Amino acid sequence: MFENLMAALPLVFTWHMALIMLACATFGLFVGAVPGLSATMATAMLVPITFFMDPVPAIAAIVTTAAMAIFASDIPAALVRIPGTAASAAYINDLDAMTRQGKVGRALGISVTASAIGGIFGSLVLMVAAPQLAIVSLNFTSFEYFWLALLGLSAAVMLGSGSILKSLMALLFGLMIASIGMDTTAGFPRFTFGSTTLLGGVAFVPALIGMFAIPELIRTLVNRDPVVPVGNPLRMFAGLGGLLWRSKTNLARGSTIGTIIGILPGAGSDIGSWISYAVSKRFSRTPEKYGKGSETGLVEACAANNSALSGAYVPAMVFGIPGDSITAIVIGVLYVKGLNPGPMVFLTSGDQIMAIFLTFLIANIMIVPLGLLAVALASQVLRVPKLALAAPILCFCIVGAYSIDSAASGVVIMLVLGLFAYLMEENGFPVAPAILGIVMGLLVERNFVTSLIKADSSLLGFFERPIAAGLAVLVLIVWITPVMLWLRGRRTEVRT
Amino acid sequence: MKMTRQHFLAGLAALMTSVALPAAAADWPDGPVTMIVPWGAGGGTDATARMIGSILEEQIGVPVPVQNRTGGSGVIGHAGIADAAPDGQTIGVATLEIGTMHHLGLTELDYTGYTPLGLYNADPAAIFVQDKSDYATISDLLTALNAASDGEMKGSGSAQGGVNHLALAGMLMAAGMPASRVTWVPSEGAAPGLQDLAAGGVAVATASLPEAAALMEAGLIRPLAVFSNDRLDIAPDVPTFTEATGHEFALGSWRGLVAPAGLDPAVADKITAALGAVVSDPRYTEFMAQRGYAMQWTTGADFEAFMTASDDRLGETLKAVGLASE
Repeated sequence: MFENLMAALPLVFTWHMALIMLACATFGLFVGAVPGLSATMATAMLVPITFFMDPVPAIAAIVTTAAMAIFASDIPAALVRIPGTAASAAYINDLDAMTRQGKVGRALGISVTASAIGGIFGSLVLMVAAPQLAIVSLNFTSFEYFWLALLGLSAAVMLGSGSILKSLMALLFGLMIASIGMDTTAGFPRFTFGSTTLLGGVAFVPALIGMFAIPELIRTLVNRDPVVPVGNPLRMFAGLGGLLWRSKTNLARGSTIGTIIGILPGAGSDIGSWISYAVSKRFSRTPEKYGKGSETGLVEACAANNSALSGAYVPAMVFGIPGDSITAIVIGVLYVKGLNPGPMVFLTSGDQIMAIFLTFLIANIMIVPLGLLAVALASQVLRVPKLALAAPILCFCIVGAYSIDSAASGVVIMLVLGLFAYLMEENGFPVAPAILGIVMGLLVERNFVTSLIKADSSLLGFFERPIAAGLAVLVLIVWITPVMLWLRGRRTEVRT
Repeated sequence: MKMTRQHFLAGLAALMTSVALPAAAADWPDGPVTMIVPWGAGGGTDATARMIGSILEEQIGVPVPVQNRTGGSGVIGHAGIADAAPDGQTIGVATLEIGTMHHLGLTELDYTGYTPLGLYNADPAAIFVQDKSDYATISDLLTALNAASDGEMKGSGSAQGGVNHLALAGMLMAAGMPASRVTWVPSEGAAPGLQDLAAGGVAVATASLPEAAALMEAGLIRPLAVFSNDRLDIAPDVPTFTEATGHEFALGSWRGLVAPAGLDPAVADKITAALGAVVSDPRYTEFMAQRGYAMQWTTGADFEAFMTASDDRLGETLKAVGLASE
């Protein structure tokens, strides 16, 4: 490994590379910060350009863009409460609450540094142990993914800051939205009313934009809030060192969970950030703060989503199996560059692979200075009255919703679900569980049905494989503990 | 903001060109030529389309934007090509699914909705088992399948009714077994299906050889036979199903360039000629070879005949597995 590292250095530290990474970082920051333009889209747009680059710069371009875009999606989440990507949706309430408390600089400071640390952790894991870890990840079949997805779904109930019943109802609403379209296992159309557009299901990105952005816009118009004191967004690093040191357990746990979930081919940075946020809340001494500006929760989830991004490259490099939609594109580029993914590539082109991993490290380190710059530019937005911002934000949302499938149906989905979300929030229903239901509904269903097919419809199959059984126990604990606590609480109440 | 405006203008331009009147051959290309891809960005079809698009751009001197219109198992994108104005300003990539989706009852559209331009790729499917499995040859596997009861063994590699499902079902029928002998476990594409095979979730999987290259190289899975008429250049050691068992069967996915039906034949010829130059460009051939995609260039009436034959065969297989709606 050491010789490879030495051979990789001259491949990475060139002016050419520096220019490419800087350009892609800017591009990634821009795309990430615009609600509706996703990291996946940015990557796909880069592909034709990478055809004419050498292998290492080509992958470096994609890696840098994606890392920046995932971080930058926190910026609109903090400033205008619209998540750039699904990964930021997990902790958007905390970002928003901190902004309202005048601590926007601190919120983004946490996001910048925790993202960078998580990303660096994931990259180091990738450099040291990619081939070994990939072999472990291959042991996951639909049984294990079912339990994992169910664990993620359970996070919805734990995340709910209000009534559990309302969270559950919102989750079920999300699951219902997810069931629209062609059933992935039998190929049977559900709730499509004969429309071919709905065959593909409710497009996720328009739903995400709609459910977060539209209610916010409507509230701006209805309430006509006086401008909230937002604080100085550039006061990002004051006292941050102390906070990060105090939450070192959160950083470590978030990075680890993110990396592990990233490595699993069936789950990416969004699931990583939801699960680690829920875990963080579960073990926190102050769970009541979660959703209302919890700094530790923010640290943990931000670290998780960037580390998951690196983790996804483990199965992609070793077995050509994409860990998320971005690595699916990267695999294509690797083939074009003759770096065919597989265990052999680590032996035959070890120096180039090491060089690619080094660019992961650099990209994640670059998040700090460039992130600061992006926040400085974007934060000018806060000076503009919210009412004046509403129109351009709506334009961005419409373009974002349209561009996913280049179809007007995305815009309709965004508006309809947005209106729904407004009504939900006005009546005390949290929106986050509904989003989670839309993200994970299909994952849970698909893995449940394929597992049933494999086990000839026997439910015992879900507990037969050791990892599956372990995950099952975990899920059951998550579901049973609150019930037990509730029962015990009632008993002591009766006694006293 | 700048980006947005560009997107908007591009959309507007696309809209305007799509309502323009059919152009005469001399006028083609009259502005950007949009290429519609019915599958997601980053997939194999998308990668080949983008490569073709970027070289075509140089050939004809106008932009060739690639549009991914995904969803509905390919219905939306395939319909998008057929519904565009037949003026040569919109072309697209049709894939094997054009021959299955109407049998599945998802749409009325079939290959007759297109003016065929050229078939540029056809990758035969192959059948894989775990490397440590007991089946050394395809004959061993068939013997075991013959002895097994219906549904005892599970297979994966695509969605229900997808090309790899039909390849497995077609193989079973060609060998005189019912298609229900192997229960199909649907997966989102070949990669997850092959991973499931490697993880021991299913007993067999079908996919094309390039899709399985990394797992084969890792020594986790191995091919038993390929469903083509001749052995493949990229895997000369893998026997064809027909030569190994004597049963006649070949099936695989394909990708071809098409335009909406009703395109002026003179314009069609002009586009086909431009595309013919693209597929002989060394950058294209090198790219295809590197990805392990089989190359060919079958144009016009021959491509039409190919689509007809493909459609018939897929219809029969779908009927046999009980998925056809008629």
